[in-house]
Amino acid sequence: MNENYNVSSSPHIRDRIKSSNLMLMVVIGLLPATLFGIWNFRHENAWILVVVTTAAAVLSEYIYEKLMHKPITINDFSAVVTGLLLALNLPPTLPWWMGALGAVFAIIVVKQLFGGLGQNFMNPALAARCFLLICFAGRMTYFVYDGVTGPTPLAELKAGEAVNTMDMLIGNIRGTIGETSVIAIMIGAMFLILMGVIDLRIPGSYIVSFVVFIVIFGGHGFDPQYITAHLCGGGLMLGAWFMATDYVTSPITSSGKIIYGVCMGLLTGLFRLFGGSAEGVSYAIIISNLLVPLIEKITLPKPFGKGGEK
Amino acid sequence: MGFLTFKGGIHPDDGKCFSKDQPVQTILPKGDLVYPLSQHIGAPAQPLVKKGDHVLKGQMIASASGFVSAPVHASVSGTVKGLEQRFSPAGTKGECIVIENDGEYREAEYEPVKPLEEMSRDEILEKIGESGIVGMGGAGFPTRVKLSPKEPENIDYIIANCAECEPYITADYRRMLENTEELISGMRVVLSLFPNAKGIFAVEDNKKDCIDKLKSAVDDEPRMQVASLVTKYPQGAERQLIYAVTKRAINSSMLPADAGCIVDNVETLIGIHRAVIEGKPLTERIVTVSGDDIASPGNFKAPLGISHQELVDAAGGFITQPQKLISGGPMMGFAMVTVDAPVTKTSSSLLAFKGDEVAKSKETACINCARCVDVCPSRLVPSRLADLAQRHDEDGFVAMNGPECVECGSCSYVCPAKRQLKQAIGSMRKTALANKKKK
Repeated sequence: MNENYNVSSSPHIRDRIKSSNLMLMVVIGLLPATLFGIWNFRHENAWILVVVTTAAAVLSEYIYEKLMHKPITINDFSAVVTGLLLALNLPPTLPWWMGALGAVFAIIVVKQLFGGLGQNFMNPALAARCFLLICFAGRMTYFVYDGVTGPTPLAELKAGEAVNTMDMLIGNIRGTIGETSVIAIMIGAMFLILMGVIDLRIPGSYIVSFVVFIVIFGGHGFDPQYITAHLCGGGLMLGAWFMATDYVTSPITSSGKIIYGVCMGLLTGLFRLFGGSAEGVSYAIIISNLLVPLIEKITLPKPFGKGGEK
Repeated sequence: MGFLTFKGGIHPDDGKCFSKDQPVQTILPKGDLVYPLSQHIGAPAQPLVKKGDHVLKGQMIASASGFVSAPVHASVSGTVKGLEQRFSPAGTKGECIVIENDGEYREAEYEPVKPLEEMSRDEILEKIGESGIVGMGGAGFPTRVKLSPKEPENIDYIIANCAECEPYITADYRRMLENTEELISGMRVVLSLFPNAKGIFAVEDNKKDCIDKLKSAVDDEPRMQVASLVTKYPQGAERQLIYAVTKRAINSSMLPADAGCIVDNVETLIGIHRAVIEGKPLTERIVTVSGDDIASPGNFKAPLGISHQELVDAAGGFITQPQKLISGGPMMGFAMVTVDAPVTKTSSSLLAFKGDEVAKSKETACINCARCVDVCPSRLVPSRLADLAQRHDEDGFVAMNGPECVECGSCSYVCPAKRQLKQAIGSMRKTALANKKKK
């Protein structure tokens, strides 16, 4: 009898989920927001920017790995996630080559130069967005809806004007391609929660601490209308559900996730209420990304039998 | 519904349906019987027989060679062929006594037994020690030693580990259903050693029928209870089990007795009953033969020393050439290098799989998803420990509590990047523990 059995260390069974499945599920979770954005900004041809940015991310990963003689990892869908997330964070009128430049920056500088998947210390899509904001401040803050240029509802809110929260929920407002429709974002987020890809620890603590902050410092007290406008405006929902939850740049420890969420909530509140711009989510997240190693250090769990069992 | 549990853990497909409803069949060995001298934790047994000797079933063929050691008994009558180096199911070679079966199964004369009430504590322990009983769930720690803590009156709980949380294995399940009385009797013996202890049968709630059967059986046993546990791996890991039942937690530098607990497996308790009440040594155990490559999976009462090949034959053979054979459960068992290894005291199952999931899965970069952290029953950070282990950073590994790992494999199971986390952590842990002993 042939006795060439496989020998390996236990365990001998593995869960079916692979990293690439998880990334693919994130892509699927982003689809409602993406499709809504493409439809919402159909007059601005937003679809071109989405396609070019995503393709540029995947292509730059492929070319970099090819040139560096590294294994090609574009099949893991992580570059697709980065490219798509970046596209959803861009105003629909941005020239396509700026989107592509951002994608190349995200993949090459933020991800690959630090060692590729799992090694980047900052969310690549958000780092690229901030990079583009610095390079092309005008184009990055130029918002159009139905051919009409103007401020985003969040900027109007900051200026003390009244906003239509129902429109902000549905998404037929000015903003970046993927951030306008809270409903579309929540459909995708619900999908990710049900599939076990993300959980409430980070988005929950982020949103709750943000609300607490604006209730205390917003000057409107506990005003449901004001709070809803803040929650639905800008990139908060897209950021909290899809970018703050990025595995690589969030803490690995359970209590660390809560602290990380609170950091983002407080920073977002600080930037939105007291900063120069109406927006604050991108900077809040990438600054919190930098705090992750420290957060992990202080939240190292106690082992079982030494207090960690409870 | 069980509510007793611990934090962390996983829910793999349990695969128990293959063999769950197959009553235990007794198999008689055809070929030679092979008895490793080291089937337990501690010093290997000392052989008492030599080539050419005739032995009887139940005769001691190797004696305990120290306090932490256990004797070995022949499971058939026959002639000693000699001492040989043979493969154990765990894949290591070791010295074994080989016996040619004469097919007569003549049994040795056993010492008559006294009723339990008339036996002293030392007599009971002596009997258990002489019978060669060890922890038969897989650890193989000599039971006599386990039952001799410094202060027996401080033991509050005797926990019968009826969790059987490893997928596929149904040996304990069949024992609970078919040998309920012997199991209870074994518990009665252990309780007689510990005046202040309660006996608790801790069963996962996927074994409803066992819970009901045990519950009605302990009705007239004032010192015994049945506890229903949440079905989750590794519910049967000693520390997790103690915590689930008593909410007392022990770490790697403590023994269960430090928390007033002693944990014994189902098969072990039945062995204790047979030793103390019937006066017979340990010569057999139940082995589940299962997996997707076994023609008719089942549960077998196998004489110790029988070749796994005979178990496969008894279960209808392989369907195709299997890629992987596992002795024990798929989570913590050993991949076998050959099917011609003997059944030992700790062999709870033989699993044969057409494919090998581990070979199929390709390792990719860690994405920091924290699944390993969420499932770790020891509340560690497995991905970081594995990084430290791969860098041979022993100090960092110890500082991050690496030695607290119980090597349950939950982290490797859930890892979407298919990293060999448990393997890396396990080998560094052994190094760290060995170096700690040297100091």
